[in-house]
Amino acid sequence: MINIYEVAETNAMIEHENLDVRTITMGISLLDCCDTNLEKLCRNIRAKITSLAKDLVATGEAISREYGIPIVNKRISITPIAIVGASACHSPEDFVQIAVTLDEVAKDMGVNFLGGYSAIVAKGMTKSDELFMRSIPEAMARTERICCSVNVGSTKTGINMDAVKIMGEIVKATAERTKEKDSLGCAKLVVLCNAPDDNPFMAGAFHGVSEAEAIINVGVSGPGVVKYALEQIKDANFEVLCETIKKTAFKITRVGQLVAQEASRRLGVPFGIIDLSLAPTPAVGDSVADILKAIGLEHAGAPGTTAALALLNDQVKKGGVMASSYVGGLSGAFIPVSEDQGMIDAVEAGALTIEKLEAMTCVCSVGLDMIAIPGDTPATTISGIIADEAAIGMINQKTTAVRIIPVIGKGVGEQVDFGGLLGHAPIMPVNGFDCSVFVNRGGRIPAPIHSFKN
Amino acid sequence: MDKTIITVVGKDTVGIIARVCTYLAENEVNILDISQTIVQGYFNMMMIVDMQKSIKVHDEISTDLTKIGEELGVIIKCQREEIFNKMHRI
Repeated sequence: MINIYEVAETNAMIEHENLDVRTITMGISLLDCCDTNLEKLCRNIRAKITSLAKDLVATGEAISREYGIPIVNKRISITPIAIVGASACHSPEDFVQIAVTLDEVAKDMGVNFLGGYSAIVAKGMTKSDELFMRSIPEAMARTERICCSVNVGSTKTGINMDAVKIMGEIVKATAERTKEKDSLGCAKLVVLCNAPDDNPFMAGAFHGVSEAEAIINVGVSGPGVVKYALEQIKDANFEVLCETIKKTAFKITRVGQLVAQEASRRLGVPFGIIDLSLAPTPAVGDSVADILKAIGLEHAGAPGTTAALALLNDQVKKGGVMASSYVGGLSGAFIPVSEDQGMIDAVEAGALTIEKLEAMTCVCSVGLDMIAIPGDTPATTISGIIADEAAIGMINQKTTAVRIIPVIGKGVGEQVDFGGLLGHAPIMPVNGFDCSVFVNRGGRIPAPIHSFKN
Repeated sequence: MDKTIITVVGKDTVGIIARVCTYLAENEVNILDISQTIVQGYFNMMMIVDMQKSIKVHDEISTDLTKIGEELGVIIKCQREEIFNKMHRI
């Protein structure tokens, strides 16, 4: 039988170390909503999401109360809209109308974000995909809760450099279109390579076409718990360090598994996956950078950071994988800048640069995330950054992403505040040398040799 | 069995256990096990209870116990047992 010390340990994690379930995300297929009439399509989308997700928030809150574990976000992901809207949309404005409908539905359901305003253009773009991509700036300006993602490459297909070029322009245009809010639109827009179909985390969540009718995916968290555990073993060697991370990741993930199964049972929707991610928030003590410090670095970004992050990422997976029946999504450690107080401190101390962050993305679960850059950064430079990240993902057979915010009207040394979970950040310098000839070549980068496994 | 863990954490005072037990008895909640200890200077009690025959649902019991805790100056939490089992048992 459970003893008092085990109960006290669990409750200390929840009360003092910020243990929570970061998100219950319901994935919903909208493929059966397709219609050539835009009004009808929007009605179908509204009806489908409402029928499946109407009890999502209430169920999440009930589970949270009964088990005494905070469930921070309840969210929805949907089939990429570039596919769903293909036969109904004949202009970017048509896609914006879908975005506005989705925003209203998200508010009606009480979810804080809805992901899947997305396109998968890893190899090529359809006419619909391109219209969709052109709609992004306006869609991001006119909605609050919609998250947008575009997958521009994969290990199997190579990198669609035409899409990379367009997305550099779209990121810039989105920043311009939302400049009165410090270019907030870009905080909800991510460009991916090897995007998973079952990711519960925003902004990159969508319900891939390989998925079922509806599914419950859960994202766990808990950087504070790992940090606390590591602070108890300050002088231990790497063996003890790694074992401690594994054991802690196991415990954290078990809570996610319980919540996922319970949500699945109560909502009558199958359980999909647990995403084993250490997802930081701007709250003090909920930081991945602080774990790196607990491992022995003065700041994130110091020499040794990439190695420390690599071992952290790997041990989280090793501990978590046995704790859950199905693991998927991004799974690993997230390294956003604005959403992690320790990362912000590291940038302000001069310890962390975009180039170091790029190296870190080779060994963790995502990419350049929530990084504010000067508003006058050229679109081609943003495309160059996207291409670099996509190449890391393609060659290393992992997901990578770019979510950078060129803050219009601001430059290096200034601050930007997005509020809430999106946090605040100092604007970081970008390498000023030109890459426009490279970006403007057009076409595709072929898939790497190790993708030919048949 | 519908096992729930009730924890009481706070400054020790007369009548905590009596008050909680009386409330549970009134609501047909059966106590299976009680243990207590001092953790970091705080009174720490844990009860394992069976709520199968409880008159009230989990949410109501939890809300009532929170109020009783406030009156006693302690924090009372009421959580389903599975969260602890999942975390500490393979």
